[in-house]
Amino acid sequence: MKEVTLNIDGKETKAKEGMTILEAAKEIGVRIPTLCYHEGLSPYGACRICSVEIFRDKRSRVVASCTYPVEEGLVVKTDTERIIDIRKMIIELLLARCPNVKVIQDLALEYGVKETRFELENENCILCGLCVRACEEIAGVGAISLVNRGTRREVATPYYEPSTACIGCGSCAYVCPTGAIRMEDKGDTRIVQGSNWKTEFKLKKCEVCGNYWAPEAQLEYIREKANLPPDFFDVCPNCK
Amino acid sequence: MPKLNSPAELEELRQDILSRREPNKPCIAICAGTGCRALGCDRVIATFKEEVRKQGLVGKVDIKETGCPGFCEKGTVVVIYPQGICYFQVKPEDAAEVVSQTIVAHKVVDHLLYIDPITNEKAAYEKDIPFYKNQMRLLLGNNSKLDPRSIDDYIALGGYSALAKALSQMTSEQVLEEVDKAKLRGRGGGGFPAGRKWKTTRNAPGEIKYVIVNCDEGDPGAFMDRAIMEGNPHSVLEGLIIGAYAIGSCEGFIYVREEYPLAVENLNIAIKQAEDYGFLGENILGSDFNFTVSIYRGAGAFVSGESSALMTAIEGKVGEPRSKYIHTSEKGIWDRPSNLNNVETWANVPPIINNGADWFTSIGTEGSKGTKIFSLVGKVNNTGLVEVPMGMTLRDIIYKIGGGIPEGKKFKAVQTGGPSGGVIPEQFLDTLVDYDELIKLGSMMGSGGMIVMDEDTCMVDIARYFIDFLNDESCGKCAPCREGLKQMLKILNRITQGEGKEGDIELLEELSRIVADSSLCALGGTAPNSVLTTIKYFRDEYEAHIKEKRCPAKVCRSLLSYYIDPEKCQACLICLRNCPVGAINGGKNLIHYIDQEKCTRCGTCMEVCPSRFNAVEKIAGQAVPEPPLQEARVIHRGKS
Repeated sequence: MKEVTLNIDGKETKAKEGMTILEAAKEIGVRIPTLCYHEGLSPYGACRICSVEIFRDKRSRVVASCTYPVEEGLVVKTDTERIIDIRKMIIELLLARCPNVKVIQDLALEYGVKETRFELENENCILCGLCVRACEEIAGVGAISLVNRGTRREVATPYYEPSTACIGCGSCAYVCPTGAIRMEDKGDTRIVQGSNWKTEFKLKKCEVCGNYWAPEAQLEYIREKANLPPDFFDVCPNCK
Repeated sequence: MPKLNSPAELEELRQDILSRREPNKPCIAICAGTGCRALGCDRVIATFKEEVRKQGLVGKVDIKETGCPGFCEKGTVVVIYPQGICYFQVKPEDAAEVVSQTIVAHKVVDHLLYIDPITNEKAAYEKDIPFYKNQMRLLLGNNSKLDPRSIDDYIALGGYSALAKALSQMTSEQVLEEVDKAKLRGRGGGGFPAGRKWKTTRNAPGEIKYVIVNCDEGDPGAFMDRAIMEGNPHSVLEGLIIGAYAIGSCEGFIYVREEYPLAVENLNIAIKQAEDYGFLGENILGSDFNFTVSIYRGAGAFVSGESSALMTAIEGKVGEPRSKYIHTSEKGIWDRPSNLNNVETWANVPPIINNGADWFTSIGTEGSKGTKIFSLVGKVNNTGLVEVPMGMTLRDIIYKIGGGIPEGKKFKAVQTGGPSGGVIPEQFLDTLVDYDELIKLGSMMGSGGMIVMDEDTCMVDIARYFIDFLNDESCGKCAPCREGLKQMLKILNRITQGEGKEGDIELLEELSRIVADSSLCALGGTAPNSVLTTIKYFRDEYEAHIKEKRCPAKVCRSLLSYYIDPEKCQACLICLRNCPVGAINGGKNLIHYIDQEKCTRCGTCMEVCPSRFNAVEKIAGQAVPEPPLQEARVIHRGKS
């Protein structure tokens, strides 16, 4: 693959064509904050906290480093005043939306945003969309999506009803940076829930140890995908 | 219909159509566009048909249901050919007179003519009516001459000759070169050079390429694209087919918003007719060029007019913008090169091919060529669609064509560019309207919305209105646009409700800068323009709201009171009976007063108070006078 040379914060670096600025920066140890980025998922470009300034022909422009592809001769600055102002304002806005969310509080601390000048709400979800992408791209299920527009946007199952597509794998809860999606196993039941939807799953009992160890729907999904024999998951991995 | 296999066959067909038509046969052309439909043109058309039958003129006079000629203020608009007499505000009851007087007796019906609001002079022809005569209607001009559902009408006026010329006399490179040389810029908003965009798509790797018409016109009060799509759909189709030829595309999409049912209807008919004649399909006009087109109906989201969102919607997903660091002209629909242009841009292509780039560049300013259609609305006498050469001044558009401000009110500002644009105050009325000049003022051309505001318009409320609209229409994907607009709206709501705080203006400015700088797409990138321009040009109004709790234009409800002047009130009981909350005290011969506690400031009393009394007034920024004492309220009327 072709390589390009670019300059990030004064450091000359080579990067493979097709990489993003964020990936190239990571390789040389330049840290750019992110909220909606995850290396295992497709880039989304929504939180804009990873904004950087690029310079070309004496003109500069703000771009999201998680989606902007590296180019030959590109000059990138990740910590100009313009960028810091943008990050601070986004943090302030998200702090108003989610004052009790730790990742936002941590970012606020890092960037010296002591308080928000905006009216407080009490949301947990920052709408980074990681859960939706994990469900679709990792689990291959697509049980949840971002619904509605603008300020009414939220993560939900279709019609807010318990999802019939969901397999209860919990990828969404695992990847959620704020705890807005919760997963809990109680006896023979797993509950996966967001702020306005909730789906329950029956857990499979191990024929040897008697422990409930995974949702039946998830095991059935894996068994079908991998073409495994019907009794393959009768015993849990610990007892196998 | 026979399939046409060569440009010569098209020419033959044109001659055949013309030979079957009598140029001197009277024709009653009635606007059947959405605006006139709302005014009841369906009944006007039906009555004209009935009158023609009753007066024994069947076969001797044609009735044509046309597209919108633009003068919506004066609908239903009727034009009588061959003379070209224009009648305005025609009602069904006028039909008998028009038929007997104008068609039979060749007389002009005086009371249906245009009357100049200033000189009171009447005018019968387009060339004498200021609204029309100061325009240059290259694209809209044919709207009143053709039935949009008749391809023969379009062909009779020279339609599809540009396509024939392109296919038979020009290579695809030459067509592209001509459009590039014409310096045609995108009419949808950004003003990006169409030729350059076409070239990128043409040169992008990939066998399959798409061409797209953007008819997702969603700006409040704007309807330029609707008028073209409804009134002359073949002009857009012809432009699109020529563009596809130049770009090397064999498949096109026309994205029409769901709210334009008539446009979809007429377009469907147009596509079918074009297929039948062989302007669409395989071996178009005998060439080896193939092209098909399908309509995609939008689901009603403003943001879907953004090119990447529109393409995502065509893919069958939610219409949300995506990063365009790789242009859609290289990777658009299903990652294939996709060239998207607005309705008006495509409609400019046939005249450019027919008349050449030099002709096109002779119209307009240095950086903006050709004409632009504006939807002139708001506080202006002649609302409607106006098409002018680039470079006309705002003053000429508003005063010469628009006829100035109604009721002798004072001009305050004009908002251009739709929700993404900004307001332009009086001192810049002599600005030449083109892409670059409007940007310099902090506004933009946009797709051509032009909302005129008079002294009774509150500029803070206007900013609040547009931010409210965009807050609703933002897709919500990126944080600065979604959260930023939400907070801007909260601040603006506070200010207009009299709860503005010191520092709010500065916070709005700071927030505007960041939202514009960091949003994912152009919706967020331009959203703060209305706030920034109203602050820049009307900061004193913001300050009055915040510091004095006063709305200078007397618009913001929370900051005004209604008051009945006891000297003027004649105790007629009209306001008392109409007040929806029973806030008016009074009785027969007892002067009325408003209970300020109960009053919701809806303004009904002011609307219904007879103009000969004019007793209700708005009060802002000062205390409401106490109601008169009981004994002073009684009116003693002597019997005469």
